[in-house]
Amino acid sequence: MTTVTAPESRIARTVRAIVTARETGILLALIIVVLAATIKNPTFLFSSDGFRDLLLTPSILLLVAIGQAVVIITRNVDLSVGSTLGLTAYLTGRLFIDVPGIPIVAVFLIGIVFGGLLGLINGALVAFAKVPSLVITLGTMYAFRGINVLWAGSDRINSSDMPKDFLALGTQSVLFIPVLTIIAIVVLVVAAWFLRNKRAGRELYAIGSDPDAANLYGLKVTNRLLGAFILCGALAGLAGVLWAARYGTVNSQAGTGFELQAVGAAVIGGVAIFGGSGSLWGAAIGAYLLFTINRALPILGVQDFWQRAVVGVLIIGAIVLDRLLAQRQARKLVEARDSNG
Amino acid sequence: MFGNTRKARIGAIAGLALSVALVATGCAATDGGSGDGGEGSGELSVTFLPKNLGNAYFDTSYDGGKEAIEEFGGTAAEVGPATGSPDGQVSYINTLAQQGVGAIVLSANDPTALCDAVNEARDNGVKVVTFDADTSPDCRDLFINQAEAEGIAKIQVDLISEQIGDAGKIAILSATANATNQNAWIELMETELAANHPNIELVEVVYGDDDDQTSFDKTAALLQTYPDLKGIVSPTTVGIAAAARYLQTSEFKGKVQLTGLGTPNQMRDFVEDGTVTAFALWNPSDLGYLAAFAAKALIDGDITGAEGDTFDAGKLGSYTVGADATVLLGDPYVFNAENIADFDF
Amino acid sequence: MVDIMGALAPATRTYKDYSQPLWRRLLLSREAAVIGALALVIIVSMISVKSFSKPITVTYLFLDIAPILLIALPMTLIIITGEIDLSVASIVGLSSVTLGVLHQGGMPIEGAAVVSLLVGAAAGALNGFLITVVGLPSLAVTIGTLALYRGLAVGLLGTKAVTEFTEFWTDLAKSKIPGTTIPSVVVLIVVLAIVFVVLLHFTKFGRGIYAIGLSPETARFSGIRVERTKFILFVIAGLISALAGIYYTLRFSSARGDNAAGLELSVIAAVMIGGVSIFGGRGTLVGPLAGAVLIGVLASALRLANVTSDVINIITGALLVASVVGTSFLAWARKSRSRPGGKKPEPLTGAKS
Repeated sequence: MTTVTAPESRIARTVRAIVTARETGILLALIIVVLAATIKNPTFLFSSDGFRDLLLTPSILLLVAIGQAVVIITRNVDLSVGSTLGLTAYLTGRLFIDVPGIPIVAVFLIGIVFGGLLGLINGALVAFAKVPSLVITLGTMYAFRGINVLWAGSDRINSSDMPKDFLALGTQSVLFIPVLTIIAIVVLVVAAWFLRNKRAGRELYAIGSDPDAANLYGLKVTNRLLGAFILCGALAGLAGVLWAARYGTVNSQAGTGFELQAVGAAVIGGVAIFGGSGSLWGAAIGAYLLFTINRALPILGVQDFWQRAVVGVLIIGAIVLDRLLAQRQARKLVEARDSNG
Repeated sequence: MFGNTRKARIGAIAGLALSVALVATGCAATDGGSGDGGEGSGELSVTFLPKNLGNAYFDTSYDGGKEAIEEFGGTAAEVGPATGSPDGQVSYINTLAQQGVGAIVLSANDPTALCDAVNEARDNGVKVVTFDADTSPDCRDLFINQAEAEGIAKIQVDLISEQIGDAGKIAILSATANATNQNAWIELMETELAANHPNIELVEVVYGDDDDQTSFDKTAALLQTYPDLKGIVSPTTVGIAAAARYLQTSEFKGKVQLTGLGTPNQMRDFVEDGTVTAFALWNPSDLGYLAAFAAKALIDGDITGAEGDTFDAGKLGSYTVGADATVLLGDPYVFNAENIADFDF
Repeated sequence: MVDIMGALAPATRTYKDYSQPLWRRLLLSREAAVIGALALVIIVSMISVKSFSKPITVTYLFLDIAPILLIALPMTLIIITGEIDLSVASIVGLSSVTLGVLHQGGMPIEGAAVVSLLVGAAAGALNGFLITVVGLPSLAVTIGTLALYRGLAVGLLGTKAVTEFTEFWTDLAKSKIPGTTIPSVVVLIVVLAIVFVVLLHFTKFGRGIYAIGLSPETARFSGIRVERTKFILFVIAGLISALAGIYYTLRFSSARGDNAAGLELSVIAAVMIGGVSIFGGRGTLVGPLAGAVLIGVLASALRLANVTSDVINIITGALLVASVVGTSFLAWARKSRSRPGGKKPEPLTGAKS
């Protein structure tokens, strides 16, 4: 005997979806952190420098986190993004030095293509050799960083080597929003829309949920995987160009450790490490949360040395939460199946 | 599974046996090679080992050293870790000891952690000269000091107090937390402040690790945390350059004063547009030059590092070893808008 | 008359069709290839790199790779079960900092070392708990604990390093076996290696590890305590990482939060190059040890030849990728050569006249 329940109204459903969404939770956490820091020290948010920095500094991580999220959704991981970023940042500087008068747009394009090529190497090895991406990208992370150091030697790119207009990109704002942030947000919007609405995007989720089923279903798994890794590399390349604009000085260590920040941002943002779920908006908020915590800690009286520990706790918490939610979901599905039976 | 286990066991035993054989071969290898303790080996190869590579200050000092080494006909080389950590330098000291170079010219990341490795190198006949940042005196042959530590500390305190009107909050942006010279100068600065500048408050010392990006971000964090900060002192060329770059594009330009130790080439932009008024340094090229000649004198056996020894240092003239086997280069020099165009390093 | 029954009976294949002589099985194995490569590199280096043939090379080589050799032992076991532990280097750093902080606070090194070992075991236990009890994937958990433990290490000490340690202990860490140039720490490594070899190849526990790697479900139904085995392995990994951390601290006389950053990559590279399959279920201990020594010798030779230190990273990364891709490629090649024994099967035709 089935009980009849009144169907939920469309609005109620939407509201419930938004409220229980993982992204909302993290957004809330971000707002709380910003509020706590601002209460302690109003210039955190309300000085023009403070506001600009809060928006600006995480933008680079945001780009890398988006690419990383796309790869994680397919049940892979790309640990080489930090090295790709460093290599591209150095390339950017060298382009300006060795090719005087090169248009800035060309530098951007070359950087993105270069990053994409490095991503292609990763993707080809993963897709064709069928080796777990963890191991492949571990190796390429080493190798790319080594190439970076070999190329750079003990040199470094100085800010005086690059045109002022390029460097201005790193600090200018349009209507109070830094240019770098605008670039990052545009990329985010385009990528998120693509992932949600285009077939190729949704297939990435399918591949991550169950690669074998996706294969049997006839999805072009190899092509999609290649695409995901190329996108990740290209975004890391773009981030490298922006890094050069922001910091002005590039040595061979640029971007070290970024890959773990990117994975952390994605995981905290709700992208399941096991693939198949999560959104890019979550990864973006995760990136902002990570950096904001870093800035907020000293203001709240905690030495910023503890930031990494906080990140670790957040990652573990996020994964545990994911697991609990997945278990609850599975239990509810089983109940629904049993009650309808 | 059977065969796998059996094969694995045999493989394990065979592997261990082979490894032992290889190691035994390594032991029995000929005891050839140069370098016995005591007298200098006479080989004029001098290798520079700065705190880390990719640092303009050390590039310049190496250039000076190279000039000296070419003058006296030796072989020059520079190696170093990518980041300024003590254990990074130990591996390089070990390698150089193995290679049996004539002398190592070293800027130490820590006063005591390197001692064992350095002494092992010295036992192998390698002379060790420290410059810029010293180790403890019993684990090096000579220390080339750029200037008296008190003088370096005082000049930076004088500069900042002049620039902020002798009152207000300041912070220090240092390099790595263990660097001997940084800690010595910071301690002396604190003493000087307490003694002669009661109205200046030192709120915090942050460490940029001599990494440009870290120093940049730490400066931003400092300004965000202490909105009424009046001045920043950065006794490291990497730190002051990064801080200046941040200040140049921030709302604090001109309102927060910045001084410290910087190289003219890196700071020229900032002095010309008013971000920085004045800063100090010595000539790192001369420092490297002097250190190289000191190394040569040790290798040749001309001096042993005892107080009163004199040696010839090419174009810089003759120098005498002072107490604690230390050689003093000179005094720090102040750079500002009037004279910065005259220098190229 | 045609022997119909005989002709219709399918040509059964016996073990002999598949078997290869022992010498061939040993020499064609992955481990032999690594040891062969190692011998080759040593010989080439002795000839072409000045100062390589000095006895002191062995000293520095083993002093440098001792942590990798130590941690490769439990890491091999963990990877054979199909899991992975990325947090080992952070545990090294955490135990290093614990040792430094406690010793600086006045505790004698012996006591501080014991506490560090306990801290390492606790860290490993947390990993094990999250993976076996809560059921989270080991990759994700150990990425989180990598950040957490490193964060705790850096948080406790900042970026300052504790560098004052009792000379007796720092000398001991760097001491050599009397009469040779081999560091004493090699004795420790050999002892632990023997323990692990016995554990893996001569006990039920070890066979269980292989079974879990090949198929956890089957292993569980065979009565193997899968969760308990994995938990124990992670605790052991934490313990050994802490031991490596104590050694590292004493060898460099420097306890720093950033110590051994990136070491997990060297360990995993050594294990992969040594032939352990990332999918689990296959591998021995000899391979990873030889792989670690191979990487160490390459690094040593390149450093002595004044080649930039990071070329070794390029080579390690390329070796890692090549070895894993190569294994995958060989498996594919073997599958497409569908005749295992190398002998053509008898044609199943009845016409024998």
